[in-house]
Amino acid sequence: MQDRAPKAVLGSEDVRRATTRMAHEIIERNQGLDGVVLIGIQTGGVWLAEALGGEIARIDREIPTGSIDASLYRDDIGLRPVSPAAVSDIGFGIDASTIVLVDDVLYTGRTVRAALDALGDYGRPRSVQLAVMVDRGHRELPIRPDFVGKNLPTSTAEDVSVTVEGVVIS
Amino acid sequence: MTDRILITGATVIDSTGERQADVHVRDGFIVEAGDDTGAGSGVGVETIDATGLVVSPGFVDLHTHLREPGKEEAETIETGSRAAALGGYTAVVAMPNTDPTQDCVSVVDFVRRQGQAAGLCDVRPSGSITVGRQGDQLTPFAELADAGVTIFTDDGNGVQDAQLMRRAFEYTKGLGVTLAQHCEVEQLTGGAVMHEGDCCSHLGLPGWPALAEELMVHRDIELVRLTGAHAHFLHLSTARSVELVRAAKAEGLAVTAEATPHHISLTDELLRSYSAIYKVNPPLRTMDDVVAVRDGLADGSIDAIATDHAPHVSETKERPLDQAPPGMVGLETALGVAIAHLDMDLVDVVAALSWKPAAIAGLADEHGCDIAPGAPANLTIFDPAKEWEVVPALLASKSHNTPFVGVPLRGKVEHTILQGTFTVRDGKATR
Amino acid sequence: MSRSLLSIDELGADGVRRILDLADTMAEVNRRPNPKVPALRGKTVCSVFFEDSTRTRLSFETAAKRLSADTMTFAASQSSLNKGESLKDTIETIAAMGVDAFVIRHRSTGAPWLVDGWTNASVVNAGDGWHAHPTQGLLDAYTVRTCLNRPDGFDGLRVAIVGDIKHSRVARSTTAAFTALGADVTWVAPSTLLPPVVHEHATDRLDDVIGADGEGLDVLYMLRMQNERMTEALVPNLREYTTRFGLTAERAARLAPQTLVMHPGPINRGVEIAVDPSELPGAVINQQVTNGISVRMAVLYDMLSIGSDPTSDIVITDAVAAERTEES
Repeated sequence: MQDRAPKAVLGSEDVRRATTRMAHEIIERNQGLDGVVLIGIQTGGVWLAEALGGEIARIDREIPTGSIDASLYRDDIGLRPVSPAAVSDIGFGIDASTIVLVDDVLYTGRTVRAALDALGDYGRPRSVQLAVMVDRGHRELPIRPDFVGKNLPTSTAEDVSVTVEGVVIS
Repeated sequence: MTDRILITGATVIDSTGERQADVHVRDGFIVEAGDDTGAGSGVGVETIDATGLVVSPGFVDLHTHLREPGKEEAETIETGSRAAALGGYTAVVAMPNTDPTQDCVSVVDFVRRQGQAAGLCDVRPSGSITVGRQGDQLTPFAELADAGVTIFTDDGNGVQDAQLMRRAFEYTKGLGVTLAQHCEVEQLTGGAVMHEGDCCSHLGLPGWPALAEELMVHRDIELVRLTGAHAHFLHLSTARSVELVRAAKAEGLAVTAEATPHHISLTDELLRSYSAIYKVNPPLRTMDDVVAVRDGLADGSIDAIATDHAPHVSETKERPLDQAPPGMVGLETALGVAIAHLDMDLVDVVAALSWKPAAIAGLADEHGCDIAPGAPANLTIFDPAKEWEVVPALLASKSHNTPFVGVPLRGKVEHTILQGTFTVRDGKATR
Repeated sequence: MSRSLLSIDELGADGVRRILDLADTMAEVNRRPNPKVPALRGKTVCSVFFEDSTRTRLSFETAAKRLSADTMTFAASQSSLNKGESLKDTIETIAAMGVDAFVIRHRSTGAPWLVDGWTNASVVNAGDGWHAHPTQGLLDAYTVRTCLNRPDGFDGLRVAIVGDIKHSRVARSTTAAFTALGADVTWVAPSTLLPPVVHEHATDRLDDVIGADGEGLDVLYMLRMQNERMTEALVPNLREYTTRFGLTAERAARLAPQTLVMHPGPINRGVEIAVDPSELPGAVINQQVTNGISVRMAVLYDMLSIGSDPTSDIVITDAVAAERTEES
């Protein structure tokens, strides 16, 4: 663990504004909300999925929201410690839906790939889009976000922490 | 070939007590034992500087399983004799649960001859009480007594039939032999693999209740009372058994008893490792029992330490508890365990290892003798303070099933002299 | 995180909770139309059953397969053990084929510990002698946790385990698991069917434990009464056993409806349970079986995925970063 002074790069207001903007983008990109659902990746994406859901409801209407745990689908079991963070909770069918997968930080892309595999065991969505608050680069897989709060180039030695309170690099 | 040996600077311990003296051995006998033997070092005399060491009469084990004939893969009379010599023993009583059983002159003679051929220890075969140790028919006691057998036992098992045991006591009364009992009422111990108590309850294993031993101790004490015979109790392991023998002796009944090194040092808690190395009959018991057995040795209720040396091929001890045979080797560690775990004067520890078992075995004219001119030179020279640990692979016994790995031992044999000849010199067997 | 699961005692209260939490995840997997995840892909789990048990073996194999592990079965009766091969040689031979986990059931207490010493593979004790059956204890605890909605522990929960405690590894492990979570366990059996030394509450009066209205009991756990016990003079006959210790219609009527009735299976109908279980409102015997799969999945996952540090993907420690650099 590096000992360096944490640097706040986004405050809570910035996060709120980004959330609102992404909510608008989601509605615009999908030309409405038909068949659109929000699924947050456990655990970091859950608060953001709920926040986006809240904004979308304020702007337009409520849409189904759920969460998915991708730990059991990771491709690096055996390399690093992993245990399911929480139980998946998708209380609706996902066949033919447009899933907006939500996570707080996009980094290597492995978590998203695992989440896509996990979703596949629930059904067959029409399409999946990705919404993240922070894209910190260093992708290892061909994964790209559809909705981004902020692009934030970082080094692999840095930690990035994202909450509704803001984004902190340390 | 006997040596001329001069042992100098030693502390001599025998039944007369403890003293500083030099000991001179010639032609198989002690010729002088005193401050200054005057024999002097000279040509053909091997001198041992025994400063800091103890010289005592050689140890006698009342209870050794030499496995030959029948289970030579675990031990032979030769390898067992070597282990005995390294443990300071100049005589061992070989248990009769061989295959074929030591219940006839031919097998008894075979065992004795093998012992003589090995030349490392005086091997005295015991006889069984019943033919084949089947518990039905009495062994021809007189025939075997004529062939030199002084102790009879069905060890491995106890004689279950009270009537048969009574007859055995009555019949052998006048023959000058001793009947020794492995006390176990088998109807109470079916399938048992360890002591019946807290540990076995927790582990869910069938247990050997203390009562199974005590019931037979009580029975044989009463049979001794009835018949006027005398009895020796093998490997006593429970507090109540010790009490029973103590009370019987107080009444003047002719009973003697022995205890093993493992029963004065180890408890049933070791079975939580599930290792069959700790499986033995009678089983390791509780700390209260261990303390009672130690107290029994201290006050003389238990006369002797006997190893119950029971070699087993290592594969058999790597099996689950219920499939493994019971038994531990003990000849090479007996002294080390005894000194480390008994709070007794060294004289009394040596008594329990040497002249007391010699008397019980009827060998007192050759072994365990006071170190004085004219006595046979069967001697042990040991370092009473040396601390050491046992390494199974380095044991001379063919089998390495010792439970004392990691147990601190104090007291190590440096030299053993049998009939005036070194069988162990500087901690190594001479042949 | 732990390499092997041999007994509840060795797992500890924290370990019990960890497995039960993991079982929630696995239970959700099992509710899906396709109850399968790739978590243990590439791992091999070998069942080595020296004692007959189709149910437990199937439960483990199903659990392994739902985690996408490969499975192997070693059936003792067909084995070279009959030709004199020792247990040690058997295990070493199988291990040499590349096994990540052994699931072993053996009639000898301690056998799984011996196996654990002979191999680097993980070892799950599926039952050794009368001694331990940790996954049974865990699935029983999980069943109570979910059926009585007690995710935080079993403080104050009153449990009675009835039957042949002495010869029951289920009794020992289930008692250990419930006690680790804070429950109050009473053993109900005649003295001949209790271990020689008993530290738990024990009684031979089942009716006192159930009480007049059944309100004194939260869980009634019935053990199998085996026919073999008759020959050992442990109980005079089965009829008397059932009268004193069985769940008869009369006792069932006195049970409170919310009292759980449990059994490790298979049931000796008419002996320890003398009513039709489907008519008991509190019977959760089928849930036990279902939960067995989730719990065994949790156990296999816990052992074969390294570590249980709940770090998420966001925080990459230096150690892992270094590892990643090494990997690429």
